[in-house]
Amino acid sequence: MRDAVAEARADDPARTPAPWALILPFLVVFGLAAAVPQLSNDYWVLIATRAAIYWLLVAALNLIVGFAGQLAIGYVALLTLGAYTTSVLAGGAVLPPLPAFAALALAGVAGALFGVVVGLPALRLRTFYFAMSTLGFATIVTQVALAWQSVTGGGIGLPGPELPAPFNTPAGFFYLCLALAGACTWMTANIAHGRFGRALIAVRDADVAAEAIGISKARLLVAVFLFSGAVAAIAGGLFATLQTYITPDAFTFDLSILFFISILIGGRGSIIGPMLGTIILTLLPEFAAPLAAWSTFLYAVLLLLIVLVAPGGIAALIDFRSRRPLTVNRAVVPRPALLGQVLSDGQPPGSQRPARPISLRQVVLSFGGVRALDGLDLDIAPGAVHGLIGPNGSGKTTALNVISGYYRPEAGSVTFGDQPLGAASPVTRAAHGIARTFQTPRIVGEATVMQNVMMGGTIWGTATFVESLLSLRRHRDDERRLRAAARRALRTVGLDGLDDVRADRLQHSELRFIEIARALMLRPAFLLLDEPAAGLSADEIARLGGLIREIGRHGTGVLLVEHHADMIFDICDQVTVLNLGRVLAQGTPAEIRVHKEVVSAYLGG
Amino acid sequence: MLSSILAAGLAVGAVYALVGVTYNTMYSASRVMSFTAGQLGMLGGVLGSLFVLRLGLPLIVGFILTLACCAMVGIVTEIVAVRPVLKSLDQHLYVLSTLALALMIQQVTAIEWSTEPQPFPRVLGIGSGTSDEKFWLPVAACAATIVGLELLYRRTLIGRAFLAIAEDNFAARALGLPERGLRIASFALAGIVGGLAGFSGGELLLAFFANGPLLNFYGFVPVALGGLGNNRGALIGGFALGVFQQAANFIVGGIFSSVAVFVLFIIVLLAAPQGLLGTTPARRV
Repeated sequence: MRDAVAEARADDPARTPAPWALILPFLVVFGLAAAVPQLSNDYWVLIATRAAIYWLLVAALNLIVGFAGQLAIGYVALLTLGAYTTSVLAGGAVLPPLPAFAALALAGVAGALFGVVVGLPALRLRTFYFAMSTLGFATIVTQVALAWQSVTGGGIGLPGPELPAPFNTPAGFFYLCLALAGACTWMTANIAHGRFGRALIAVRDADVAAEAIGISKARLLVAVFLFSGAVAAIAGGLFATLQTYITPDAFTFDLSILFFISILIGGRGSIIGPMLGTIILTLLPEFAAPLAAWSTFLYAVLLLLIVLVAPGGIAALIDFRSRRPLTVNRAVVPRPALLGQVLSDGQPPGSQRPARPISLRQVVLSFGGVRALDGLDLDIAPGAVHGLIGPNGSGKTTALNVISGYYRPEAGSVTFGDQPLGAASPVTRAAHGIARTFQTPRIVGEATVMQNVMMGGTIWGTATFVESLLSLRRHRDDERRLRAAARRALRTVGLDGLDDVRADRLQHSELRFIEIARALMLRPAFLLLDEPAAGLSADEIARLGGLIREIGRHGTGVLLVEHHADMIFDICDQVTVLNLGRVLAQGTPAEIRVHKEVVSAYLGG
Repeated sequence: MLSSILAAGLAVGAVYALVGVTYNTMYSASRVMSFTAGQLGMLGGVLGSLFVLRLGLPLIVGFILTLACCAMVGIVTEIVAVRPVLKSLDQHLYVLSTLALALMIQQVTAIEWSTEPQPFPRVLGIGSGTSDEKFWLPVAACAATIVGLELLYRRTLIGRAFLAIAEDNFAARALGLPERGLRIASFALAGIVGGLAGFSGGELLLAFFANGPLLNFYGFVPVALGGLGNNRGALIGGFALGVFQQAANFIVGGIFSSVAVFVLFIIVLLAAPQGLLGTTPARRV
């Protein structure tokens, strides 16, 4: 009963920052912008329009650069593509002329397609490769625009599209661009603050953990590339209208740098920061006219300074909340009694997943000349705590990594009940209900504790990317459910009152409990724990042990890799001892404790 | 026709391969891919033209000064853009810091030198047609560089130290190798190779500031195809790329030859992310 009251209080929306406080800065910026045509002349309206168009593009690019952490440095290519597509389609020199807005929409489609083509390397390759492929694409689009004279007019260029009334006046066009920029800001904010945004920063800062959570990087990034490509190309169409006449010279690489640096100056994972960054960089040449030729040089200096001196950007400077001191001497006190709710999420216990064992048969895996696993046989029963111990290098963590799909065994099979578990496919494990933690906690330091835990429930989300963009009902339901579940998980592991604190401000032991809370969000059938007690104090280890035992009693099978023999013998139902990649002994803690070879090889006399 | 495709293809291919070797030399010493590699190639051409044509220095003096300046740029890269971010390699900040430095170099060149392509002096004045020196000089420079690097790496003590650093940084430091000094030396060496690429290809590519990003990309393609840090891969990749590009130029025309290169680049990388001669990365978990 008391718990129910506490639960209700925990779900009180007043505990999260009030929405108006988040929206206020945007209202101020857009309000000021909307007043520009009333307060000044056409020249400043033109500058404001340019800023709005740039921000339209940067807002979408921010999802790629700021949230997903993909270094797309050549995004001017999509602006160019959009500008030429719109101008050619609306101009009617090649095909029958289309209405300007239809041309703009088609440019969006083309931008989405090319956004994915340019983004493809990011799905498989390392950062620098992606940066290079976007740079290469930018170089090539300009070359094509120059050389394909029959369509693009070559170096002479072609007129931009003319929009119909009331958008054909400077003020009318400005309000159109401002409205689109506002809509795009809203949509990217929906993504950023929802399941997809959390998945993006997980991919950025903890990609290994993201796979274990069940986040498919490829599908996620393709959705973002489609969206950002389409928005960038539409921004290009508007840019062509603003310029009234476009040549390849209008799309220098400097623009790409402006877009890119706006985001970095603003700060990764923020929306207001990059917005201010875009406005500042757009206005800078207006106030420093003599320096106009050196603007790219200045941008480059800024970029270097940001990287070396203030990697957090504007967003970190105005993040006052993260400077408030935290309570000292915090203790993590888990509440195992709440586990029932967390693991069933309202459904009757045992209803969702049949109880099946995980079985390894004759698994072999070597690294170079070392046979880390040498014909390992292992059965992990559901609903029990199974300890895996052994000397360093005996293959404990390797076995765990084979089960969770990070390693591909050279021989042998891994099955879950009667289903084989595919090798080298960690992203499929979450759907099987297999969750894990890591030897070194893999947490997104820049995200809040709450966001980190909510990431664990990513696969329970039902809304599609488009539904999230528009914040439709299923998106809002997902968020409400995930937030409530994450709050319960945090209370269960004993981390309350820290919901909105950045995870990198916490202590090491607290990070371990965050990982467990995140894993519990999956309502796992199996939980694989890789040395969860490492670095914990004796008290914390005792409490952790109680929590783990209780998790086992609720029907979740636990595989516990640990060096703390006392804890293993205390809480495990079964213990397997590995040595040199093989099973040395297996049995109940009581049997293992007196096993002759185990004592001599590992425990010591 | 075939002979001119081959001559031009091998010549630009040699320049690309040399820029690829520049990338590799920096990468081996620091695990950093630097955007200044292409700029070094550009500077080789611009500085050569500056010293020999604009300042009227003798060719050999201009050549040595060019390489010295490029070596300095390599060292500056190490100090300004690489060393400060080495501690957090996994955050990929080096992509941004080297990009920033590359942009500064490019912008200063554009403003202080010229935004138009400028002529590059005749180096030896030998040959004409498809056997003109502008076609075989880059190939000769490339061959000399590869042979020189092999000798350096296999036959000299300092070369072996370079290899040790590239193979296992921590182990090399534990052996007492002066890691920082060797890294600076590697970046100076990379600067010289990049400068040589630009100087030997100067008659072909001219002294033009916009060669920087171009060489950045086309020099990176052979590295990506051949595998990071693999000079033989870069050599084969560079020549293959040069000939492919010239052939595409001839067959589908100038507009789409760069598109063809880009498409090839993406397809090969998606099919073989480690490059055709590369090795699989270490374990992540």
